[in-house]
Parts: sequence; structure tokens; C-alpha cells
Amino acid sequence: MSGFLAPRFAEARAAKGWLGAHRWLLLRRLSQLGILALFLLGPLAGLWLVKGNLSYSLTLDVLPLTDPLLALQVLLSGHRPERLALLGAAIVLVFYALVGGRVYCAWVCPMNLVTDLAGWLRERLGLKGSAHISRRARYWILALTLLLPLAGAGLAWELVNPVSLLHRGLIFGLGTAWTVVLGIFLLDLLVMSRGWCGHLCPMGAFYGLLGRGSLLRVSARRRSNCNDCMDCFAVCPEPQVIRPALKGEGAGVGPVILASACTNCGRCIDVCAKDVFVFGNRFNQHTPSNDPAGKAGR
Amino acid sequence: MSDLQPSSSAKPDKAAAARRQFFADAGRLACGAGLLGLGLGLYAKQARALPPAALRPPGAGGESDFLGACIRCGLCVRDCPYGTLSLARPEEPIATGTPYFLARQVPCEMCEDIPCVKACPTGALDHGLTDINEARMGLAVLLDQETCLNFLGLRCDVCYRVCPVIDKAITLELRPNTRTGRHTMFIPTVHSDHCTGCGKCERSCVLETAAIKVLPIALAKGQLGQHYRVGWEEQRKAGHSLVEDKGLGDLPDRIPESAPLEGHYDPASQGGPSLAPGKAATPDSGVDSLSPRLPGADAHSAGLPAMPQNIPGGGLPNRLSDEAAR
Repeated sequence: MSGFLAPRFAEARAAKGWLGAHRWLLLRRLSQLGILALFLLGPLAGLWLVKGNLSYSLTLDVLPLTDPLLALQVLLSGHRPERLALLGAAIVLVFYALVGGRVYCAWVCPMNLVTDLAGWLRERLGLKGSAHISRRARYWILALTLLLPLAGAGLAWELVNPVSLLHRGLIFGLGTAWTVVLGIFLLDLLVMSRGWCGHLCPMGAFYGLLGRGSLLRVSARRRSNCNDCMDCFAVCPEPQVIRPALKGEGAGVGPVILASACTNCGRCIDVCAKDVFVFGNRFNQHTPSNDPAGKAGR
Repeated sequence: MSDLQPSSSAKPDKAAAARRQFFADAGRLACGAGLLGLGLGLYAKQARALPPAALRPPGAGGESDFLGACIRCGLCVRDCPYGTLSLARPEEPIATGTPYFLARQVPCEMCEDIPCVKACPTGALDHGLTDINEARMGLAVLLDQETCLNFLGLRCDVCYRVCPVIDKAITLELRPNTRTGRHTMFIPTVHSDHCTGCGKCERSCVLETAAIKVLPIALAKGQLGQHYRVGWEEQRKAGHSLVEDKGLGDLPDRIPESAPLEGHYDPASQGGPSLAPGKAATPDSGVDSLSPRLPGADAHSAGLPAMPQNIPGGGLPNRLSDEAAR
């Protein structure tokens, strides 16, 4: 059996080299850490390019960005936000509606670094058992976060939201928020595989719903090349989204992954030795069956 | 249901099982979400109880409204030039992520352009607040008259001197020092119609623990009954007395004539004690007529009216003139 440090996805690494098998992962880490660095530049270096946190930020004193789920909670608690907050929410809504809502989860959210680490360690340690909670649980929790402000409890979810506790904590001082982050890490490591991001987080649920019709999608364009190595299923944080696109040829289903839970993380593209997956737009259902398996397209 | 159609086909069985599974799952999730919501709702209720020492930035409304409007971005914290504000951490007894300040540590400097309010994207800090003097972050209260140096008869005056709204929000009210019998006490007195609750008085109080503290207005203020009218104010508004002047009224005494109460002064009874109104009392000495046998009333001849100690506020009610005003 493979040891703790045995290489994973050997096939892809043999075919594309280490860098080729980690391309999107590296870009994604760059994006996550880069965004965090932009926020930290102010408090740590006094360079105020971005002020605020992921709930609301003002970039270069002109660009407002608001978490639309929070803006919605504010509205539901009966308060009308000022112009900048509404504008910021509109910009974020349009952006994620185009590139895929859960791009937020994979490319921006700092909690993803924690849960990805837990997922990686879980696999390395060979931890198998996982509590069963439906992936729909997050939609119920999302409904709850919207009902509570409506019932006059204010922004109750923000009192405990691990994502904003972590991000706000990193920028304004963590305090005991680290215990919540550790709790999420241990949940994902020991209790449930992909428990937080894949099952419970209402922000992920919201952004997933937001990106239902998004243009940018992963497509199993060269699915006829698939050799059933299952590496994409192993690496995917939402593996249920792959099957219809990858295996749907017989059922007449197109190659584009249309499930809103897909985070557009691009790991399936990385780990596939056969370059089955590419980023594309949702309308491009083209499958070049006679394509001589060229290099990965964008 | 599947029992009713035995061995017909596997498909309805499968569909029914899937349906049962779906409802079972949905039920479990609804229960879980309901429990979570209950817990969160109770926690949110607790979180609404802001500790009295924690003050919100200028322009924040009631705590319940504020917690529904504040998005917890911290831009007010960033734009405060004095580092007054912080965002509450989870371990603090303040709704997590919301801005607050502790007057004793860093008070509000009352910037004229109010940058914290301008920075607020949601209007949780009301953008209608354009004059910082209209801010009501709390209300200063001179809580401890036993340790306040001015109440001890000294001239500390620091809270009065540092007040950005000096002589309006805090005034020094003169009182006779009955301990020495020959000095005046300068009593710092807060006026709620001018105090913004900035906390500079609390910050600069020279005591180990401040004698003057900024409290939430709801905690600091009393309220007259809706029906209540203050006679002299009504008189001032109307320009004349609102009751006919029938002379000095006197309520009947419900005690036997033969049993005079020690210390009780009855204006209608003959003779009266040493200080009858209009005789020895100075024009401003209603107190004397109120309780003429206060210790020291006879002892002091310095021309200062005798006063009971520890009565806050400037000027005691002058019963005689009040009654005349009614």
C-alpha cells in the first residue's frame, strides 16, 4: 500500500510532470493567498490597497465588494444598506453568476485552505469512516441564516460563521476564533470527509445557487479518452458532479459539468493523465471524438 | 404501499423506497436545522445584551437594529484616525465582529467629519448624522460621589476641563461644603441634552477607577411619567402661572396637635422653629424651609445656605416658590 508520502496521481505526473499535474492547484493557492495578502497588506504593512474583509471591502477607495448573502441578511432584518454596499453586492453577484458561484469557495475563501488540508491529511492517513449527512444539509442551514434575520435575531449566523470568523480574525485579530477553525479542521479530518465545504456551509450553498447558470464550466470534452483511473473522483471535493458529464455519453448527456455544486477548482483537469477535462463555457457541448488528444486547452 | 403490490415489479418498490428515504432525510435535516436555529436564536438573544462599558460608534441605533444592519466589515475601525474602535472577538461579551470602544481605554475624539460613519457601507452607523455634537453614544454619569474629588471638596475638575462640549455637557454647579462650613464644592454635572457619550471624561478621571462613567442612555436616564408636567417649566412656556394664585396652600395635618413630630416643620403652625421662611432664610434657601433642623443649619453663619449632603444635581427644589408657581 502507498505510504504517507507516496506520490498520488502518478499517472498524471508521469504524463504531464509535477507542475502540469498541479497547475490549477498552484494557481488556486496563489489566488487564495494573494487575496488574503491584499487584505493583510494594510494592517501588517500599512499599505491600504484593500480595506475591510470578505463581508465588505473597499479596494483603492473606489471598488466596493459586498458579500451578497450578508447584504441579503441585512435586507431581511429590515434595514436598507447604503448605496456602496448595494453596489458592491451587485458587482459580486454579477461576477459569480458569470464565472460560477462556487469559484468563491475554491479561489477566494480562506476556509478552503483549512478543509483542503484536512482532506489531504485524511487521505494520507487513510482515514475511511465518514458520518453520513446529506449534502442538502447546507441548503437547510442557508434557509436558517435567512430566516433568523427575518425573525428579528439580527445577523445571527455571523455570530458563529466560521468563514467570517476566520477571515475577519486573520485581519482584525483572531482571538479564540482559532478554536472554531480547529473544530472545522477536525470535523473534516475525523468525522466527515469534506464535511464543512461539501455538506454544511451555507455560504457555499448560496454561491452554488448563485452560479447555477454560470458561463464558466469544466467540461469533460475528451471523455472518450477516459481510462477509468478514478483519480478525478478521488480528488474532487464534490465528486457527484462529475459522473453525469464524464459518463453520460451513452445517455445523451453533454460533457459540460452543469451541477451548481462544482467549485471550478480545476483539480480534475490537473490529475487527469488523459486531459479529459478543460475549462470552457457551458454552451460548448462539442466533443472532438476524432481529436488526437491534444494538449490541455483553456 | 409496496406491500399492496407484491412481486409486480422492482420499479415501484424502488421509487417508494427512494421517496421514503427522501422524506426521512428531509425530516432529519429539518430537525437538525431547527435545533441549530433554536440554539442560534437563543445565542443571538444573549448577544444582544451589550455590556454597559462597551460603547458603539457614533450614529449606531438601538442594539437590536444595529445587529441587523452591521455587516461586520470593520471599515469604521479602519477609518477611525485615533484607533478608538475595535471589532469584538468571539471571547468578548459583545456580538462577534461588531465595532465598539471602551471609553476608559480610548475614548471617541469626536472628529468633525465623522469618518467612521462615512465609512459604514450599510448605514448601521446612520449617515444622517452629520454633526458630531448630535451623536449619542452614551451618557456620562457621575456615578460615585464618595470618591469623586470634587465631591470631596477638592478642585479636580478634570472631567469638566476635558469635555469637548465644556460648559454645556458638563457644568460645575456650586454647593456649600458642609464639612468645612466655609468652602464651596464645584460639582461636575452632566446634561443629557449636550453629552455625546464620547467618554473623554471617563478616560481622564484621575481616580484608580473612574467616578464618572459613560453608560448606555437607556441605563443612565430616568423618564418622567407621560402625564407629568414640571410646574416652573410650564409657567415659563406660558409666561404666567397656570394656576390661580390663592396664596400659600397648606395641607391639613393628620397628626394630633399635641404630638409634634421632631424635625417636621409646618408652615401654618405658629412660631415655628428657628428658621421660619422669609425671616432668616436667604432668598435661595428653600432647603431651609424644607428641613430646618438639618445639622449645621444653625451652626453656620457664613451666609451659605445649609444643605443636606449627597443630593445630586444643581439646585434643590424650592418648595415655597414651586407652590407659588402652581
